[in-house]
Amino acid sequence: MTAETKFPVNHNDIKSFSKDREEPQWLTDLRISSLEQAETLELPKPDKTNISKWDFTKFDLNGAFSAEVSDSVKELIGEADKAQMLMAQKNGETLFQKLSAELEEKGVIFTDFQTAVKEHSDLVQKYFMQEAISTNENRLTAMHAALVNGGTFIYVPANVEVDIPIQAVYTQEGTFGLFNHVLIVAEANSSVTYIENYITEGEPTQSNANIIAEVYVHDGASVHFGAVDNLSKDITTYVNRRAHVTGRDAKVYWALGQMNDGNTVSENTTYLVGEGSYGDTKTVSIGRGKQTQNFTTNVIHFGKHSDGQILKHGVMRDEATSIFNGISKIEHGATKANGEQTERVLMLSEKARGDANPILLIDEDDVTAGHAASVGRIDPLQMFYLMSRGISRREAERLIIHGFLAPVVNELPIESVKEQLIEVIERKVL
Amino acid sequence: MTRPSLKVEDLHVSIEDKEILKGFGIEVNGGEIHAIMGPNGTGKSTLASALMGHPKYEVTSGNATFNGEDLFEMEVDERARAGLFLAMQYPSEVSGVTNADFVRSAINANREEGDEISLMKFIRKMDEKMNTLEMDETFQQRYLNEGFSGGEKKRNEILQLLMLEPKIAILDEIDSGLDIDALKVVAKGINELRSDDFGCLIITHYQRLLNYIKPDFVHVMMQGRIVKSGGPELAERLEAEGYDWIKEELGIEDETVGQE
Repeated sequence: MTAETKFPVNHNDIKSFSKDREEPQWLTDLRISSLEQAETLELPKPDKTNISKWDFTKFDLNGAFSAEVSDSVKELIGEADKAQMLMAQKNGETLFQKLSAELEEKGVIFTDFQTAVKEHSDLVQKYFMQEAISTNENRLTAMHAALVNGGTFIYVPANVEVDIPIQAVYTQEGTFGLFNHVLIVAEANSSVTYIENYITEGEPTQSNANIIAEVYVHDGASVHFGAVDNLSKDITTYVNRRAHVTGRDAKVYWALGQMNDGNTVSENTTYLVGEGSYGDTKTVSIGRGKQTQNFTTNVIHFGKHSDGQILKHGVMRDEATSIFNGISKIEHGATKANGEQTERVLMLSEKARGDANPILLIDEDDVTAGHAASVGRIDPLQMFYLMSRGISRREAERLIIHGFLAPVVNELPIESVKEQLIEVIERKVL
Repeated sequence: MTRPSLKVEDLHVSIEDKEILKGFGIEVNGGEIHAIMGPNGTGKSTLASALMGHPKYEVTSGNATFNGEDLFEMEVDERARAGLFLAMQYPSEVSGVTNADFVRSAINANREEGDEISLMKFIRKMDEKMNTLEMDETFQQRYLNEGFSGGEKKRNEILQLLMLEPKIAILDEIDSGLDIDALKVVAKGINELRSDDFGCLIITHYQRLLNYIKPDFVHVMMQGRIVKSGGPELAERLEAEGYDWIKEELGIEDETVGQE
């Protein structure tokens, strides 16, 4: 193990933190046992990126912040009048929330994590870090369980279709370490679309974000999960989004815009457990400055006739380094499963580094699978062509980047995520 | 307004250390249409690419001015914004960028910030020019040159020419791969631009394009430079008799410069 990790918190801190929040005993116990695990477990080891020197302990659990809803949050929730399912949190505290009364009557739960553990303790306990992810996978998952201080719980009862997207904006400010947990449960034949944004506000200060999302999808249910991560360069982030697609013919669609400016480990894993289950992951990423990032997408097939699709496009500028791992794993017994993946990386400068690693791990004969990957630098002849029409080098790069990401962005199934992403991309390529 | 002018003197250009252009000179002014003809491998396309600033070609000596300014001191985009245009023989494909977005970006790049072309005006102009070139409107939303046939790419080059209205245009073998109907359409487009404010340098193998765009000057290129110049009658004689008589007249055995 590397240098002794000093945790900014101890058992007593956790106990009083949990008590202040009037949490059920099971959660207090889970926090404490997880803290013990965190002290002994090792950091995760994302393939091809060495994070052993990354500091995941540079944060405070309390941080003063302005409780006003900022303009950037307002911008993200632009059409707030229309959106009836809305949550804005800052440093783990809910600033405001809007719920559709109609959906509430149907039994839909949409509440912050802090409220959920009090009001829906049994339900949260049933799912929280159970099937999709465990507290003891690595030091960061354990730290997450010990310190979780923000997030959202969404529960959609059987046969309920939530026809308006549920949107959440999580703002991190100052030295506050954001340990955000999103838990979504879609019961049989239900459907829901959830969109989240992560942003940083205030003075640039070093800190951490440790984000976990768990999605449970039961028989015939369908979940669209969209995210735009846009944390600042001072934030070292671990984000792990997992779906446990348990049900027969259940479906999950991921649309992830990985636009953090700081060092980031981003994992996205879909367990296709149910027969005929479907998982679709589309991600776009832009790296800039000197950041290092690792994006690993796993689709793990257990169910017969399960179908997993991965499409990842990334652009690396400046001195940014990114690894794109794509793993399609088909377990023995998952007959007629299909796993496809494509990773493409475009590097815009000599010092940018990118690598794409498509991996197929197949323990079953009767399956289909395929992969494609490419890593390349910008084509000087394309640049020449665009510039020969009077377009500046910068504008030509901008067009090429948009064009490179377009095959993913245009296919994103959630319109508002598409629009937000185009805006973030626009800001990042200028 | 003074007429635009492109002057090239004693130009030497190499690719990968092999000299292709060996003392090329020409002067093209507004109101003039020049044709450069010559067999394969004599440096015609190199000339076009080097003047526009293609990254693979190195200008080793000689000079060129565009409206009095040193062309080789300018970046590719600056040359374009000054009013130089190259219709390319093999234009790049750019995935994910629609033809319309590209052309609009190009038009706006040539205008001041805050003075961008309005969407309505742009659409009207694009519709009109595509109509002239008998292009299907689906080309607006197709990705730039992606999956275009050879002929479609050529038309698309001319579309950009008509949209951008440059001062001097170089057309690099714009006629190759076009059938006679397409050729007429393209020629119609170029003829629309004819004025004292527009000069054109047409690079071609064949005389047939010149039946539809009547040149003022015809130049024959061999061994990386112009070896003979004349009026439109020169093109007709080349069409009828080929190039051998020129080689004989000048005592040239191998007219090429190696590969092109």
